[in-house]
Amino acid sequence: MRRLVTDTLIIAERNLIRLPRAPELLIGFTIQPIMFVLLFRYVFGGAIRTPGYSYVDFLIPGIIVQNTAFGGFATALGLNEDVSKGLIDRFRSLPMSRAAVLGGRTLSDVATNTLSITILLVTGVIIGFSFHTSLLEAAAGIGLLLLFGYAFSWFLAFIGLLVSSPESVNSVGFISVFPLTFISSAFVPVASMPDGLRQFAEINPFTIIVDAMRHLWLGAPAGNSVWGAVVWSLVIVAVFAPLAVARYRKAAGS
Amino acid sequence: MGDAAAIEVHGLVKRFGDVCALDGVDLTAHQGQVLGLLGPNGAGKTTLVRVLATLLKADAGTASVLGLDVQRDAAALRERIGLAGQYAAVDENLTGLENLTMVGRLYGMTRSAAKTRGQELLERFDLADAAGRPTKTYSGGMRRRLDLAAALVAKPPVLFLDEPTTGLDPRSRLSLWGVIEALVAEGTTALLTTQYLDEADRLADAIAVIDHGRVIAKGTSDELKDRLGGERLEVRLDEGVDPQVALAALASMSDERPSAEEGVVKLNVRERSGAIVEAVRRLSEAGVGVDDLALRRPTLDDVFLALTGHAAEQDAAEEQERESAREQERVA
Repeated sequence: MRRLVTDTLIIAERNLIRLPRAPELLIGFTIQPIMFVLLFRYVFGGAIRTPGYSYVDFLIPGIIVQNTAFGGFATALGLNEDVSKGLIDRFRSLPMSRAAVLGGRTLSDVATNTLSITILLVTGVIIGFSFHTSLLEAAAGIGLLLLFGYAFSWFLAFIGLLVSSPESVNSVGFISVFPLTFISSAFVPVASMPDGLRQFAEINPFTIIVDAMRHLWLGAPAGNSVWGAVVWSLVIVAVFAPLAVARYRKAAGS
Repeated sequence: MGDAAAIEVHGLVKRFGDVCALDGVDLTAHQGQVLGLLGPNGAGKTTLVRVLATLLKADAGTASVLGLDVQRDAAALRERIGLAGQYAAVDENLTGLENLTMVGRLYGMTRSAAKTRGQELLERFDLADAAGRPTKTYSGGMRRRLDLAAALVAKPPVLFLDEPTTGLDPRSRLSLWGVIEALVAEGTTALLTTQYLDEADRLADAIAVIDHGRVIAKGTSDELKDRLGGERLEVRLDEGVDPQVALAALASMSDERPSAEEGVVKLNVRERSGAIVEAVRRLSEAGVGVDDLALRRPTLDDVFLALTGHAAEQDAAEEQERESAREQERVA
């Protein structure tokens, strides 16, 4: 167990050391989210009605959830690269904890997510976003985001080990994540969607998580969404962590 | 302990779907020995290394390294083996020193001990100047040396080297050979896979030839070359020369009957030293005009021609003759 913890930290440290040396990935965490916030706020914002809230207040919790989901791409791409470059073989031939390679990956995503959440919040505040709740609730919101981001990293870890190349990581990842985040309450009120889409959006876990964030940051009526968001995060870990570990053993073993 | 088996493999089988990558492999490597595993791409070399390095489970048979079963005792075994391969598994975005320090810490060393060991290895492998550069800036040869260094961090008594020089330029290859020789001189046992006879020749104490997942020949490099019938002399005759005259002149240099095809006479020579001078002298005395003449060392292709199906297709009588000629040579 001690080995699992130290090895996970060593791998997480390795991932963070290499991050600034792979600039394209770092741009994905920093510049790209700012661009999306500005595009939504100023291009779409004027055309979207969000009763009770200004669009920037409505948008920031939603876009931060989407961006946190994308944070796991570092894990998906990184694991895919480790398998194809043979580094996984090196790790598996060492007397280290087997779970640490995946654990270290998803853990370093928490650090990069913290960075991109900070960048988005600062950007948000500059263009007019403000918290309508207490400091404690705002902090709880950040905690929930990190938990959800961590959970989603396990889903993307699975994707990264499932497909054969970084290009397919990108396409499979985008094809699964984009519709899920857009057909949710992240960018527009669900009530404005046509039948079919609206029902999907209502049960979409992203809607539940975005609603929980709006409750914690804006004081929006929550229902059960905060607990729902926690449960969803735990379910995602419970399903995809074993799948990713099984896939890791297999990918490395063939 | 000198004679104890460091690596023992019995009846090892591994299938990938319909493909039988290992089809009942038996092998033994003694402590302090380099066992060369020679075979073409797809022969099963890498699969065998992966089973022995605990990366892959075999379907049948047993394999043990230093008396530890590769499946049952995998965790204990990983403390005692080092793996270096053709893919040079290092993190491209980490520096040389960061790579080695990470590996050392994953072996359970403290950060400072791992760093010291890393610096020591970089020094030894002539990488000290590049220690602080990300390895994506390294040349192919530097990367292989770093990969080998990573395998040595914990000073393992057994090393698996999977085609360590494949794809390297000749100079990097020579330098890597030197490194491997020095390690073996210190008593490390190594299993080395290679496609190159000259590499096995230079580094291996014993060689196993593997093809289609089976060991088809074992022996020292000299023993294997004997089975090839020594070195091959090829003489391209001037146009219009009667090959029979050339054959007659050269026949007694070989234990086998020389062949002549399209103006090229080929024969296996008994002795390498002096063979060219002797052949030129004989041909010149016989008045045979020579366009080109070369002595060729046996290659892996030759080993395979001699060891695989092709030999079986040949005239059984000829095979018999060859055998008896070899017997005579040994008696003499």
